[in-house]
Amino acid sequence: MDLTNLTIEKTHEGLKNKEFSSKELTLAYLNKIKKSDLNSFLSITEDLALQQAEDADKKISSGNFEKLTGIPCAIKDAIMVEGYKCTAASKMLENYVAPYDATVIKRLKEQGTVILGKTNLDEFAMGGSGENSAFGVTKNPHDKTRVAGGSSSGSAASVAAQETCYSLGSDTGGSIRLPSSFCGVTGLKPTYGAVSRYGLIAFGSSLDQIGPIARNVKDVETIFSAICGKDKMDATSQNYNFEEKDFSLKGLKIGVPKEYFVKGIDPNVEKIIRSAIKKAEDAGAEIVGISLPGVEYALACYYIIAPCEASANLARFDGIRYGLSKSAENLLDTYLKSKGHGFGQEVKRRIMIGTYALSSGYYDAYYKKAQEVRELIRQDFVKAFELSAKAVDLIFCPVSPVPAIKIGEKTDDVLSMYLMDIYTVSVNLAGLPAISMPAGKIGNLPVGLQIIGNHFQENKILSIASKMEKLLN
Amino acid sequence: MISKEDVIHIAKLARLELTDNEIKKFQKDMSEILDYFNLLKKAPKPKALPDNKNLKTESLRKDEVVSNFDIREKIILSAPDKKEGYIKVKTVF
Repeated sequence: MDLTNLTIEKTHEGLKNKEFSSKELTLAYLNKIKKSDLNSFLSITEDLALQQAEDADKKISSGNFEKLTGIPCAIKDAIMVEGYKCTAASKMLENYVAPYDATVIKRLKEQGTVILGKTNLDEFAMGGSGENSAFGVTKNPHDKTRVAGGSSSGSAASVAAQETCYSLGSDTGGSIRLPSSFCGVTGLKPTYGAVSRYGLIAFGSSLDQIGPIARNVKDVETIFSAICGKDKMDATSQNYNFEEKDFSLKGLKIGVPKEYFVKGIDPNVEKIIRSAIKKAEDAGAEIVGISLPGVEYALACYYIIAPCEASANLARFDGIRYGLSKSAENLLDTYLKSKGHGFGQEVKRRIMIGTYALSSGYYDAYYKKAQEVRELIRQDFVKAFELSAKAVDLIFCPVSPVPAIKIGEKTDDVLSMYLMDIYTVSVNLAGLPAISMPAGKIGNLPVGLQIIGNHFQENKILSIASKMEKLLN
Repeated sequence: MISKEDVIHIAKLARLELTDNEIKKFQKDMSEILDYFNLLKKAPKPKALPDNKNLKTESLRKDEVVSNFDIREKIILSAPDKKEGYIKVKTVF
């Protein structure tokens, strides 16, 4: 029996029925990780995993255990696990050891989950391809000459390659959904405020969310319900109790925004998404053509706001408090040299853009204007979900205009790399939840369907996604 | 196109040491990206929505509390240069 291709649900049953132990399961996954050539892990937390597996087995034999007890997972290396390295895939934090657990890790540990290791990402979660990692690109398990997608590259690739049962990623402008789409797995970007970010290395604080990546919708739901809710250590987290609820495709109003099917989309991606929408219609859903006119500006808006916030957040890496320190004569030179050596190209580029856009004389033209446009985009979604005569329940659209790109294909063309995020950034700007789920393939390459819901309607997204899963398989 | 001097000035504000190659590369990249941002000039100003649909931000931060969650020593342990429970800093001038 191959233990590494089971869903959380099936693994849980197997543990319950004593078909295998958490230790056997953990060893099977560790074995796969060690043999892997995908570069999806930056570090393996073997001693922690084996200890947790042993503890889990005791809990399981006592009969009193939870859904995630004994189930192995992988954690994006921007989320802190106490006592283990947390590098954010940056030379800046190459030797940084996390001094405390992120709240999501605390919650998973309370459930008795097993942490296998820390997964690769674009440096400081900045990138759409996974190629910006200071420790090498993550390869796509479906075609090793292609990228896994970013920034949660290792989190998606490791689930797809059965190197873990599930993983956590983070999503600032598409960083859970894009790699999930490229690797053919299911990933949820929760509503802003649904999951605590305490212990996540900050990138764009008005956009960042932690979320799960797994083999199917049900698993994503199990993880999400374990990690969501209020945390006093993150003031933006909301009192939110996830409640599973059944929604039917029959009579459901699905919005299809015309702006998501314009020039630039790969015709094969469009075909797959349109066919998924047709299947929903055949199952009784009402398809409503909608318009989100602000979407045209979303990418420019995002690439101002996110770098502005990043330039402020990353100012803390000063060579004094933690991380890489290049000794120099005086304080200013210590700052200059530590940052100059510690940060990679993309991180520097974004700090530069953010600093420029926030500098006196340009603030109104860039940052202030971007905030206005952000409100415009938010209002588009309010109209679509609440105010229009034909208010919709959910929005169906692609995750990315293209399937996984070749490694190196866009590394010299910054703007064309940014354009891969064109369908994902609006969701972060509006603080909405959205899922990416496999909808089909172009040759070997998976293509994801994106389902966007209104704030805190994860239960509607998950219920309908799970119905779509049956229709699409 | 932004000038080389602009790039050097911004890098100084950001406390980033850049190599000559990086300055050249960023001059090109930033110019392209800033040109793309011009798109926003076309965007209309948002109008206010019916009252209950406007963004409320005050709720996000009002309950921020000070806690006695003490990890002072662990935090200091991460500092590259420290002495007797304090983080050491280079002279400012």
